[in-house]
Amino acid sequence: MLFGHAGVHSVAAVLARVTTFTIDGLASRRIAVEVDLRRGLPAFTIVGRGDAAVRESRERVHAALLNSGFAFPQRRVTVNLAPAHLPKVGPGFDLATACGVLAASEQLPVEQLERWAVFGELSLSGELRHCRGALAVAEGARRAGLAGLLVPRECAREAALVADLLIAGAGSLREVAAILSGAPPPALPEPALLPAAAELGAAEELDLADVRGHPGAIRAVTIAAAGGHNLLLSGPPGIGKTMLARRLPSVLPALSRDEAIEVTRIHSIAGMRAGGGLIEQRPLRAPHHTISPPGLVGGGSLPAPGEASLAHRGVLFLDELSEFSRAALEALRQPLEDGHVAIIRGQRRVVFPTVFQLVASTNPCPCGFAGSDRCRCAPSEIARHRRKLSGPLLDRLDLLVDMQRPQAGALQCDAATSSAEVRAAVGEARERQAARLAGSRVLTNARLSSRLLREHVCADAAAHATLAHSYADGQLSARGHDRVLRVARTIADLAGSRRVSAAHVREALGLRQDDAVRQAEQAA
Amino acid sequence: MSACDACLRRTALIGALAPHVERARREQRHLRELLALADEDLLAAIGGQRRAELQRAQAAFEPCVARQELERASLYAVCRHADGYPARLLEAADAPAVLHVAGDPGRLTALAHPGAAAVAIVGARRAGADGLEVARGLGRGLAAAGVTVVSGMALGIDSAAHVGALEVGGPTLTVLAGGADVPYPPSKRNLYRSLVASQAAISEMPPGMRPWRWAFPARNRTIAGLASLTIVVEATERSGSLITAELAGQLGRSVGAVPGPVSAPRCAGTNALLRDGALVIRDAQDALDEALGIGVATALTGRRASELESPLRTLLCAVENGRDTVAALASTPAEASSALAGLAELELLGFLRRGPGGRYTRLL
Repeated sequence: MLFGHAGVHSVAAVLARVTTFTIDGLASRRIAVEVDLRRGLPAFTIVGRGDAAVRESRERVHAALLNSGFAFPQRRVTVNLAPAHLPKVGPGFDLATACGVLAASEQLPVEQLERWAVFGELSLSGELRHCRGALAVAEGARRAGLAGLLVPRECAREAALVADLLIAGAGSLREVAAILSGAPPPALPEPALLPAAAELGAAEELDLADVRGHPGAIRAVTIAAAGGHNLLLSGPPGIGKTMLARRLPSVLPALSRDEAIEVTRIHSIAGMRAGGGLIEQRPLRAPHHTISPPGLVGGGSLPAPGEASLAHRGVLFLDELSEFSRAALEALRQPLEDGHVAIIRGQRRVVFPTVFQLVASTNPCPCGFAGSDRCRCAPSEIARHRRKLSGPLLDRLDLLVDMQRPQAGALQCDAATSSAEVRAAVGEARERQAARLAGSRVLTNARLSSRLLREHVCADAAAHATLAHSYADGQLSARGHDRVLRVARTIADLAGSRRVSAAHVREALGLRQDDAVRQAEQAA
Repeated sequence: MSACDACLRRTALIGALAPHVERARREQRHLRELLALADEDLLAAIGGQRRAELQRAQAAFEPCVARQELERASLYAVCRHADGYPARLLEAADAPAVLHVAGDPGRLTALAHPGAAAVAIVGARRAGADGLEVARGLGRGLAAAGVTVVSGMALGIDSAAHVGALEVGGPTLTVLAGGADVPYPPSKRNLYRSLVASQAAISEMPPGMRPWRWAFPARNRTIAGLASLTIVVEATERSGSLITAELAGQLGRSVGAVPGPVSAPRCAGTNALLRDGALVIRDAQDALDEALGIGVATALTGRRASELESPLRTLLCAVENGRDTVAALASTPAEASSALAGLAELELLGFLRRGPGGRYTRLL
């Protein structure tokens, strides 16, 4: 007997309880949707710190129920989203509310509802719509020890990335009701598996082979990819800086499954994808220079991931670095250093991961033709331009590539370097780093601290002498010294050499960016 | 070395008349004719309504107050009647009455002898990387041979010449358009500091005076007057450095110019000078041959390419022949890798320097 006896109980019992999840940062929190029906004037109330989407949920649930052929109980309906202290966002509670109302009004048996979680948005006609964050919700459902999760069909592939959890994708409220009444769930869509590396290469549209006449820049991109170094591309407009930066993901090693899941979770929560399974490509984010600091690192009263997190495990490309606001670039400092960003709003603290490779591009002077006869900038203008660039961010850019107009003939040249070739070399270099750094928490040379660098660099006497010479000449700052050593370590890894030799250091010196700063100081 | 009362009074008058000279210049009065006038005539010519007032100030001039002021600004003063005054400068009728010195006064008194070697190096403020390198090389080569490098500390060529001379410890002399204690342009404060620390900055203007527009051509006449040879390194067709060259010509001094590409506007002025008969100056040796006589001194040269091993020598030749970027030297990433390493090595050996835009310049 579901109904409590009014004469015995002065307070009506909770009539139905449905489990769903809300997104909190990058994780999901379990929410119990409690539905209470009692005699009185028909009314429908939702309590429990819902946002506008949750308040409007009443109308959608009401219409969806009627349009799916169910009856809406002519009673006082109260829905509570517990725990009450947690703010609830988004339309994902529609389905849970509808199921709760159906169960409370005995239109749906309660047994299955105790084993399943439900998550999804309803349309007025009773169809289920795609919702953000299905992967995080599925992870939450498994953690909570539930048997299964019912989600809109478009989200099923994404939710099915979580192992050991029964996922049912439904198209409408009717189907949901059928499944919860004991009907067998529809066949699960095949969980997306990681394709083999070869297939991955074939699927890529952007290939390094498209870039002609920039052998130095391609070499620098190879080094940057191999060691995870941040890269600054400098050159006149229209030279191909953006083209090159967009091809960096194609030479990076493929995402591991864990990494792919991290990336998919973030993009799903940010609503960056329309269905589909695992994200297998390393993301590339290229925000416009007018972006605000919260847009770049994440923020909002209910914190959402920013571009830095969307570029997690991929590449963040800042085109025209000097045009970005100082505040935005300052905000990028902590994420670059720590690999995550903590956003604190009131009593809530949300941490978003931000392990990305930074590629920045800039003109060498306001007109872009510095160093050639075409440059018409006054020395003071060049100095001002450089000063805008300098600052903490420049310290984190290990490699500087000066790009020039390709030589005539280079554009037709047949000799091109394909992404697959470079990716293979990068993969080997990364394996060597991982083997050497086994046991430390660092995976790439770029993230070596000064102490770890000294421990692992393994440079011979000639290499140290070359570096010391350059330092004494004033070509390098103390920070620049370590940067060059890190890059030299990566060059040695690419060459398969255990020791860093003087030649490796010299090539790293050729890619140093220090004297850009020094020149600015001199010109000033 | 010292300055007589009359010359100090003359300096004070020039300071008080500075705005009047500015106005007279706008009225197309000839600057050097004005500056050649005696005190009374100058007052009469441009004193205008404040003539009487200025005359009274002149009469009440206290030389000891002026000397105290010089002391406060840590400046030395040499007037044209004193021993330490550069002999060559006296040849002009409009020679400055007093030269104020910040830094080592020995750098100025070294020019007291009429045969003292001094070469002026002037040129464009917006100069190309190779122009700057040539100016630096000239400054270094001349200073190393003991020839005083005279210039004006302006941006570009002037500063590069001073920097080159400073690299070998001088001697070099900078002539300023404002007071000798006023670094101009302000962005060259650091250069001014190192010049004053071991060399000298001089000016005919009273201490603390800001540089008036007319003071720049006046400064140029001092530069040209001090040197036996004036070299223009880079100049457009309407460059101020051409005025210095013209003044040097009027004084009967030698004028040299560094040739540049005929198609480059930034070298049009120097190329025109060469067409008109200026000496061709390719390097410090050419300048030394002219200033001291052929074969008297051998210029200190940079390191020679013949010292190098084969791959580096080939690379250096390529850079010298205009293939001065990685993109021009390599066509595959592997070649780029060795080119980068080679260029960095040449840089460390002192043959090259990486400039803006990733272009490498041969050091002279």
